[in-house]
Amino acid sequence: MKYITEYRNKNLSKKIADKTNDYLKDYKGKISLMEVCGTHTHSIFHSGIMSLLSDKIEHLSGPGCPVCVTPNEYIDTAIAYSRLPEVIITTFGDMIKVPGSSSSLEKEKANGAKVKIVYSPLESLEIARKNPGKKVVFLGVGFETTAPLVASTILRANEEKLKNFFVLSGHKLIPPAMQSLLESGEIKIDGFICPGHVSAIIGETPYQPIVDKYGIPSVIIGFEPIDLLEGIEMLVRQIVEKDKSKVENQYKRVVRREGNKKALSLMNKVFDIKDSPWRGLGLLPKSGLYIKKAYSEFDAEKKINVKVEKTKTHPQCICGQVLCGTKKPFECTLFSKICTPESPIGPCMVSSEGTCAAYYKFKKQ
Amino acid sequence: MKKTEIKNRKILLSHGSGGIAMSSLIKELMLDKFDNPILRLLTDSAVLKSTGEKNLCFTTDSYVVNPLFFPGGDIGTLAVNGTVNDLSVMGAKPLYISCSFILEEGLDWEILDKITTSMAKAARSARVQIVTGDTKVVEKGSADKAFINTSGVGILQKGLTLSKKKIKPGDKIIINGEIGSHGLAVMSKRENFKTNIKSDCAPLWELIESMLIVGGIKFMRDPTRGGVATVLCEIAEISGFGIKIDERKLPIHENVYSFSEILGLDPLYVANEGKVIAVTNKDKAAFILSKMKKHALGKEASIIGEITKENKGKVVLETIVGGERIVDRLVGDQLPRIC
Amino acid sequence: MCLAIPMKLVKIEGSKGIVELSGVKKEISLDLLKEVEIGDYLIIHAGFAIEKLNEEEAKKTLAVWEEIAEIQKQ
Repeated sequence: MKYITEYRNKNLSKKIADKTNDYLKDYKGKISLMEVCGTHTHSIFHSGIMSLLSDKIEHLSGPGCPVCVTPNEYIDTAIAYSRLPEVIITTFGDMIKVPGSSSSLEKEKANGAKVKIVYSPLESLEIARKNPGKKVVFLGVGFETTAPLVASTILRANEEKLKNFFVLSGHKLIPPAMQSLLESGEIKIDGFICPGHVSAIIGETPYQPIVDKYGIPSVIIGFEPIDLLEGIEMLVRQIVEKDKSKVENQYKRVVRREGNKKALSLMNKVFDIKDSPWRGLGLLPKSGLYIKKAYSEFDAEKKINVKVEKTKTHPQCICGQVLCGTKKPFECTLFSKICTPESPIGPCMVSSEGTCAAYYKFKKQ
Repeated sequence: MKKTEIKNRKILLSHGSGGIAMSSLIKELMLDKFDNPILRLLTDSAVLKSTGEKNLCFTTDSYVVNPLFFPGGDIGTLAVNGTVNDLSVMGAKPLYISCSFILEEGLDWEILDKITTSMAKAARSARVQIVTGDTKVVEKGSADKAFINTSGVGILQKGLTLSKKKIKPGDKIIINGEIGSHGLAVMSKRENFKTNIKSDCAPLWELIESMLIVGGIKFMRDPTRGGVATVLCEIAEISGFGIKIDERKLPIHENVYSFSEILGLDPLYVANEGKVIAVTNKDKAAFILSKMKKHALGKEASIIGEITKENKGKVVLETIVGGERIVDRLVGDQLPRIC
Repeated sequence: MCLAIPMKLVKIEGSKGIVELSGVKKEISLDLLKEVEIGDYLIIHAGFAIEKLNEEEAKKTLAVWEEIAEIQKQ
């Protein structure tokens, strides 16, 4: 597989890891690197690269799993929609098991709700065309990587004048979340592993103000083992050399400095940026994408009325703190005892890129 | 289990996918109630002591695949080969199978004709006879087109006992070929991707018989639902030892590899229908491997790892880049991952 | 939510394209990209091409490390 397999070379991986470990030979203390993309979390565990690196490097998983940062209210709303007989819910696979306040889409499905898993948001349009008597509600979750796709899907529905396609937008933006983590000052982060595919859309520049303000080295990194190892090498070099912190781009084959302008313009055409609630982080200013008035006929929240149950969360669940990196899954009293991938209490255990699920699966202790 | 916990629960799709959810369902609702010494062993087929010198093996399986026809096979070939293979991995020569249909009202006659034709063909090539059966038709909407149940009987080879108790550190783990093609062939049809992936659905007895002649085989399983990972986890748990496997030794066809990448699936967890995993004596492994490679179903056979003293009850995988990670059981279905 | 894979563009039909990776083909949307040509490697996420892969840069990453590995061997 061109441009995939060559980034999984064992000898090169070892070379890069050795070089990184060399930098740290005389380094005192530990270095905490945080990734803010769930796909990075998954790749790091799946490839086992941490076992090649010095144990002076610790890795923290930040709020980069869209399923995990989606607040209960959103899931409860989706569940309420799924209970309406005229609604078909379409969603990415990962959302289906996420527990809301008292149910999940998986359980609603067993009760007869129509919930369909789609690979692409475009499939929702096809389902809407085939079911003119139904209302198709697509659960729009995800960051800057996914939001332009959903924007494009809404624009296509608009062109076709589809009357039965709606989006429940829970899209969020990554840089405000990084900012908020640093502002809280609760955790020590020495370097950011910036998300490669979010950056493919937004480019290098949005990280600059964060680096300028907080002086934390940030490297945009790809997802193959060699990408991650090289990116970590770049981060460690910045940290050890103690020069002025900067934004670097390891993933130049995909991420351009200015990002994907066409995708950004579509995103801005359809969505307004507003304050938005995150699980664990609370309401973050200018961090969420909401459908603009001009396209409100596709906005599920505006067009389909539904009564949503009052939100409640498990009192002992610390997903919020796990998402911020202030606690590790092992520190949760529910972890692997009451909360397992089989019967998850919090969302971090549900998503395959959720921190708790990744710890449970790959690192059980 | 408290009564209240039973009251508010429903059967979910994940309870049928061969992972942790299914194990707990079986444990909670069946094992205690049905308990007996044969069931307790939880083998692919039950071994029934007979008065003669050879023991019988007995197994059953239901087939509910959607779509009914997929590249490389259909529900009929699956229904024969799946049951044949459950007997074969116990070391039993498959002889007779039964066949029960549950059909949905309105099913095309032609479709059932295609299914029974391929069942007959599969039975001939597996050298088993379909000797009894049953047919039920349910109202439209009460079943999805056609479900098939087959049970099978085979005879255990004389003097042969495969048992988890024989597994020791140093033993080798062998698989007969490329993994993941059945599950992905079915999925490619469902998800509307164009691939050349064909199901590996095939009867394993002939291959297994040639392996058994060498001797040194301690244990076998066929990695169907839940894939190779699930079987390895089971072996680690029941043997009480660890397992170390090498990702680079896993035979995976390029198409399967790339399709898994696109959907975000791990081929280690994808279903196979013509694969056997064998735990063998260290000294016999090379000979068994060479025997396997002579058979059409064993051309890509590979020693993928070994039983270890360390990491008791766990499966450790050395990744492609030389890192390490633990391979765990899956909870439910592997869904295409966008995240 | 960032699983995306480089696949080769083998056919263009208006705003849609067919991409391929080792024998696996899929129809995707080209709506998010400006100019594409057959033979380009595109980064595919959830049925959309989100960016074009820069093949020059791709080779550079590996070349640097291969060179280091070569020097150490000598």
